[in-house]
Amino acid sequence: MNRTGWQDLFGLFPRPRIDPVLTGLLVAVMAIGLAVIYSASDQDTGTVIRQLVRYGAGFAVLLLATQVPANVYRSWAPWVYFIGLLLLVAVLFAGVGRGAQRWLDLGIVRFQPAEIMKLAVPMMMAAWLHARPLPPGLFSIGGALALMAVPVLLIARQPDLGTAVLVGAGGLGVLFLAGLRKRYIFGMAVALLAAIPAVWVNLLDYQKNRVITFLNPESDPLGQGWNIIQSKIAVGSGGLTGKGWLAGSQSHLEFLPEPHTDFAFSVLAEEFGFVGVVVVLGLYLAIISRALFLAGQCRDSFSRMFCGGLVVLFFLYVAVNAGMVSGLLPVVGVPLPLISYGGTSAVTILAGFGIIMGLYSRRRFMT
Amino acid sequence: MSPFNTHRLIKDEATEKQVFQVRALVTGLLMGLVLVLLGARFAWLQIGHHESYAARADNNRIRIQAVAPNRGIIRDRNGVILAENIPAYRLELVPERVPDLDKTLARIEEMIDLSEDEILRFRQRLGRHRPFERISLRLNLNEEDLARLAVERHDLPGVEIQPYLTRHYPFGELLSHTVGYVGRLDTADLQRVNRENYRATSHIGKTGIERSYEEQLHGKAGLERVETNASGRVIQTLERTDPQAGQDLRLSLDVELQQIASEALGARAGAVVGLSVETGEVLVLVSKPGFNPNLFVHGISQDYYSALLQSPFRPLFNRFLSGAYEPGSTIKPFIALAGLENGLITPESTVHSVGHFRIPGQQRRYRDWRRGGHGIVNLERALEESVNQYFYQLAYDLGIDPISEKLSQFGFGQPTGIDLPGENSGVLPSREWKRARLGEPWYPGETVIAGIGQGYQVVTPLQLAYATALLASENPVPRPRLVQQNSPAESLAPRVSSEHRQAVFDGLEAVIHGSRGTARAIAPTVGVPMAGKTGTSQVYARPQDDDERERLIVPDHLQNHALFAGFAPLDDPKIALVVVVEHGGGGASSAAPVAASVLQRAMLEPDS
Repeated sequence: MNRTGWQDLFGLFPRPRIDPVLTGLLVAVMAIGLAVIYSASDQDTGTVIRQLVRYGAGFAVLLLATQVPANVYRSWAPWVYFIGLLLLVAVLFAGVGRGAQRWLDLGIVRFQPAEIMKLAVPMMMAAWLHARPLPPGLFSIGGALALMAVPVLLIARQPDLGTAVLVGAGGLGVLFLAGLRKRYIFGMAVALLAAIPAVWVNLLDYQKNRVITFLNPESDPLGQGWNIIQSKIAVGSGGLTGKGWLAGSQSHLEFLPEPHTDFAFSVLAEEFGFVGVVVVLGLYLAIISRALFLAGQCRDSFSRMFCGGLVVLFFLYVAVNAGMVSGLLPVVGVPLPLISYGGTSAVTILAGFGIIMGLYSRRRFMT
Repeated sequence: MSPFNTHRLIKDEATEKQVFQVRALVTGLLMGLVLVLLGARFAWLQIGHHESYAARADNNRIRIQAVAPNRGIIRDRNGVILAENIPAYRLELVPERVPDLDKTLARIEEMIDLSEDEILRFRQRLGRHRPFERISLRLNLNEEDLARLAVERHDLPGVEIQPYLTRHYPFGELLSHTVGYVGRLDTADLQRVNRENYRATSHIGKTGIERSYEEQLHGKAGLERVETNASGRVIQTLERTDPQAGQDLRLSLDVELQQIASEALGARAGAVVGLSVETGEVLVLVSKPGFNPNLFVHGISQDYYSALLQSPFRPLFNRFLSGAYEPGSTIKPFIALAGLENGLITPESTVHSVGHFRIPGQQRRYRDWRRGGHGIVNLERALEESVNQYFYQLAYDLGIDPISEKLSQFGFGQPTGIDLPGENSGVLPSREWKRARLGEPWYPGETVIAGIGQGYQVVTPLQLAYATALLASENPVPRPRLVQQNSPAESLAPRVSSEHRQAVFDGLEAVIHGSRGTARAIAPTVGVPMAGKTGTSQVYARPQDDDERERLIVPDHLQNHALFAGFAPLDDPKIALVVVVEHGGGGASSAAPVAASVLQRAMLEPDS
């Protein structure tokens, strides 16, 4: 089907501004995700259908996001950002959840305000930097860091270390893409290293335990270390080609904790082996490359930085989750994007790709 | 407008875009590098260390567990089943699947009437098991309870009715002391078995044949390689080595004779032992009263157990094996043989019975059972009428050493070695025995009463039966056995000349068939010529003064035990039989008729 005919078909509707390459890659990862969830949920069709519904909702949000032009995002940015901050504050006082207060219960839906910040922080930083000369000067950098730091600290207070790290690193990614000078990059790296002891002191006990057991999982093989050990066993026992779909003993005999959410990648690695891992990591790399390319084509620096920040965030999801299940990183509740079971992050991620595709489609002044 | 739009100074869009694209390329390369490194990590785990992780995954999920073998069946000599495994149902709870344990227990209690004892024991077991393990609440559900539970079970999650095989003793009380019973395996039992082989076994032989042949009956446990999940629950069986069922046992016992003996004893406490004279095989082995062994299999209630323990009739006491009775006059044939073999008497020697015996130079009178005595008696009449004075005299003349020497040839004072646990060896007194045991010298008076089976000597009914078989047989008699072994049992062979044996036979024949025989009343019942001897085992020492003796009214529980020992048929002895009736009074009146009933039936059998 050629491009014009395809566009004519939707003549009555707003122009669909989706990128077929990126969409195809996303659908491929989601399809793999459904297969993994089916296996990890002990072949529960209900779970798969619920996830499909979420993907449907995510795609609706994606399509919606493609229709919003850059200047609208830019003018919304402060509002979205400050509403997000307010909600994060509200969570500290009225949040619900086991152990950590992450959720706001709005009666009909429960959602995590931190999810909003995953979009709002890059959006706000991009808008802030866009309004100033690039590469950013010290004042711009300071402002951008403050815009990032406030929500990151609030999220860390919930406590949700995983999301805080993700949002913070995403913000740093925006700064880097903005063309941050090398001396500042170097200075920030030194400052980060120097901050480690201060961060450690402020960590909660359970967070410290996670880091300790990560460094030495055998110190607590039945408690904190269990997850890491069992996940590594699942991955390692998968071998080159895996045990076969639905045949992973670690996943199906309940050795693996949360096999369909945070440890879905372990299930994949156990059942499809190294081959499956390479395929999935390859797909993620393709998505990232394509999305970065699209970001680079955008018309204005706001769009580019916003899109670039979202790609960095997406990459961090993948890297942190893959590092976690393979025992390279401590267990932080970061899902594998578009594969792990769960609604909020899928919708956020698909919305992000909607934004990228939408902004890309407006790369020329005439469109 | 927004503060972000106002102070834009110089914006060089082209340069900015170029800078971004360079940075994006760098970012993309960095991300690619990170993903490649992550891929390398996966390769390290999945290819480099695959084998060790695969092994750990298998260790995780595969467990080896034992499978209990089926216990061997026990039959009697004619193939009648004495102990079998029958299907039964037990009520089990899986704690992790029971939403509210207290409520569920209360509902079950309404349905099947649980005792506090049962609930207590269930709660004890609860603490020792993991939440996914089944815990039995009651074994052997009856049909009524089964029906009631089946109706309600659908809304009692975690409550299960589990079929299993349980040990069953169809003859119940009749064989309680012979076959014995199995009970739940406890820590003490584990000391005497190979633990590995009993990992899946719930019951073990506690008494009787069930205990002494535990090893053969139990069999060999099988092994199962099973896949388990993280909490240890079995998901599927991967491999199975079937258990080897225990060996079936065939006892020499004849359950029909056993029933006749038990019925003949009636409500009285006592014992009946019948041995094959040729082979030493045990044909009859009764101890009354007994108990229902089936109750011990399912876990006996504390109340019933204390009732058994406290009963004055001592139903748990194995009389043929552990009961020690004074042999009384049943010892007389053996004393006679000692006299004959030592050349002190001949069958023709006589004693003038006047009603009592005195050791020369002493005042004490040893009485005969008949006032005024029996007149002049030879050996045959002495046995026929059980003349005490004859044997007082003989024993006194012999002295204790030759007596105890001869008696020990007949197996007295030593366990018979029967294949049952808990045998009493009885007491065969001698000078050495008394010095070692009591630290006292032997007195001649003790020799006198030893001649009529009183004093220190005690025998078990089984011992007396074996001695009787040895007396009856020309040939050595193997030690008594319930189960025939590959290697024949060791035999005893007392030194007795056939002439002397015949002399004693004549006397014992006269006991039954003579005109004055103490047991002549049973002669018509048995139908074949036989030999026997009655006896009385003292429970209460009677006063020696005649008048006082006449006036005394002895209550039932102080009545003497009645004994009978004999064999049949006379010309070719096949079966040796001993009967003890506790507090039965005289051997002739209560013990001999029991023996007659058994022998009558035994003589009809083609093989015994």
